[in-house]
Amino acid sequence: MTSKTSVSLRNLTRAFGATRALDGMSLDIEPGEFVALLGPSGCGKTTALRVVAGFETADSGEVLVGGDDVSPVPAAKRDMGMVFQSYSLFPNMNVADNVGFGLRMRKKSAAERRAKAAELLEMVGLADRARQYPHQLSGGQQQRVALARALAIQPRVLLLDEPLSALDAKVRQQLRDQIRELQQRLGITTLFVTHDQEEALSMADRVGVMRDGKLEQVAAPDELYASPATEFVAEFVGTMNRLPGDLADGAVTVLKGTTVPAAGDGVADGPVDALVRPESLAVEPSGDRNGTVAARTFLGAVTRVTVTLDGGTDVRVDLPSTSAGDLTTGAGVRVTLPGTRVLVAPRRS
Amino acid sequence: MAAIARKPGRKSFPAWRWVILLLAAVYFLIPLYGAFQFTGVSAFGQVITTDGFGSSLWLSVRLALVTTAITLVLMVPTTIYVHLRLPKVRRVMESVTILPIVIPPIVLIIGLLQIAPPALAGTPYMLALEYVVLAMPFAYRSIDAGLRSMDLKTLTEASNSLGAGWLATLRRVVLPNLTTALLSATVLTVALVLGEYAMASLDLTTTFPVWIVTNDQTSAPVSVAASLLSLFVTWLVLMVIVVIGTRQSRRKGGGEVALFSVLPTSQTMSET
Repeated sequence: MTSKTSVSLRNLTRAFGATRALDGMSLDIEPGEFVALLGPSGCGKTTALRVVAGFETADSGEVLVGGDDVSPVPAAKRDMGMVFQSYSLFPNMNVADNVGFGLRMRKKSAAERRAKAAELLEMVGLADRARQYPHQLSGGQQQRVALARALAIQPRVLLLDEPLSALDAKVRQQLRDQIRELQQRLGITTLFVTHDQEEALSMADRVGVMRDGKLEQVAAPDELYASPATEFVAEFVGTMNRLPGDLADGAVTVLKGTTVPAAGDGVADGPVDALVRPESLAVEPSGDRNGTVAARTFLGAVTRVTVTLDGGTDVRVDLPSTSAGDLTTGAGVRVTLPGTRVLVAPRRS
Repeated sequence: MAAIARKPGRKSFPAWRWVILLLAAVYFLIPLYGAFQFTGVSAFGQVITTDGFGSSLWLSVRLALVTTAITLVLMVPTTIYVHLRLPKVRRVMESVTILPIVIPPIVLIIGLLQIAPPALAGTPYMLALEYVVLAMPFAYRSIDAGLRSMDLKTLTEASNSLGAGWLATLRRVVLPNLTTALLSATVLTVALVLGEYAMASLDLTTTFPVWIVTNDQTSAPVSVAASLLSLFVTWLVLMVIVVIGTRQSRRKGGGEVALFSVLPTSQTMSET
């Protein structure tokens, strides 16, 4: 349906007063790729999206769409479909007219608009709602119409600004799958902004983690999870334990005697924290104990056991629920780290 | 899950409310009844044939139309601009627009005379400019309430991103969702112009209210009948606008047309 378009953000900066919302941000999105920008509120992800959309101008840097700098192009002429966080359907128009609005602005005939609206409403599963007004639809339905409306103009790029955050959990899940499915079917280059890591990791081809106006890391979801590049990414995405350890000669020693290779730039030898996922640790009841079970949480297939190490540090360990039976609260256990590379960060006191 | 919408069914109406309603009704209706007693039915027939009735009423109607037009043309873009681009100025706007209510009319007139185009001096349309100032507090509040009841920023951005420029966005998205507020502003402005006496008489212009007072000195019953007539006609016009406006707005999920604000409907939605 759409010829695929690449998008490049080059060294964007944008300050609001003393706050630097964007601080030299660069990102390349391949044609047809779905990239999510993930980060805490105020990290600049929405500003980045709005600069691409043309609602904000960057103080410096440029946005290339299909290789051309779009800085001088006003939002109305950028051919970008956008879905907003808040409900954005025009209340004075019915669903079909909302979807056809972009085509109307492009001077398409009424027949063409009707046909296109019908096609897109079919696609989002709301063909029977064409004559209804936005206030008659649920939140999830409104966002699906908004998606259909954004796609109706056959945009070069699809921009999604936290489109799911106003919806309740179940609807959010369904719509997440639907958006991803549509995006892949149409092969449309998509930039998605969210603060919800589950959303970002489950939908995107690549996820860019943002902090203070900069991208910390851009990587495929599995890579981001398995090998976070920075301490911030490690702790923002998923659950992370901080194990006190000692760094020397590129290896870190934790848990009184386990030494594994260390990753992490610019961390000085000496006391550090090793960043370890709960599923990377092992725990078993043992006479040679190094900690005590403080709590256990049943999560279905896995059980998360919180162990207070003898030094006083709490660590969370995930293990199959089937083998968590005798790890009762108060039991003396041994936590071990099967040898893999771990990320280290300066010791946090 | 959204809150469960309460059925707008008729709830019990406690007795004390009836008492208040009755007291208010007595307060407002007894003078009208007295006036009607005083005039008798025949005076209503004479009103129309009395000298100056037609011309003064026509002048008031023209003034109402011109004032409304100028007010809307000035206030709508200004208020939209303030909402979109200068949200911090909203406070200031609120204070500024209340000024015409607290400043005596004579001061406003003298101020306007200083800056009005000379071509207008001496014509009745000078009065329209004065009424624009007087109508500003009401018009601003109506339009402001209308803009508050919608997500103006998101709607305009959505419209922009779909390829609509500013004019198209204003015409197809903002104004259609502002009809209720525009109606309120119109109703208030029209009512104000049709009933304003002080400025018109200071300006020595025979508008309908001025004519009524002047006429009072020659034929009191006819003059009172004219006031009743004007009251009734104004009331009728307001009711028609309110009823039609509300019906149209309800159909599209909008609020009720009220004279001082636009009440947003409760955004109850059930997820499916």
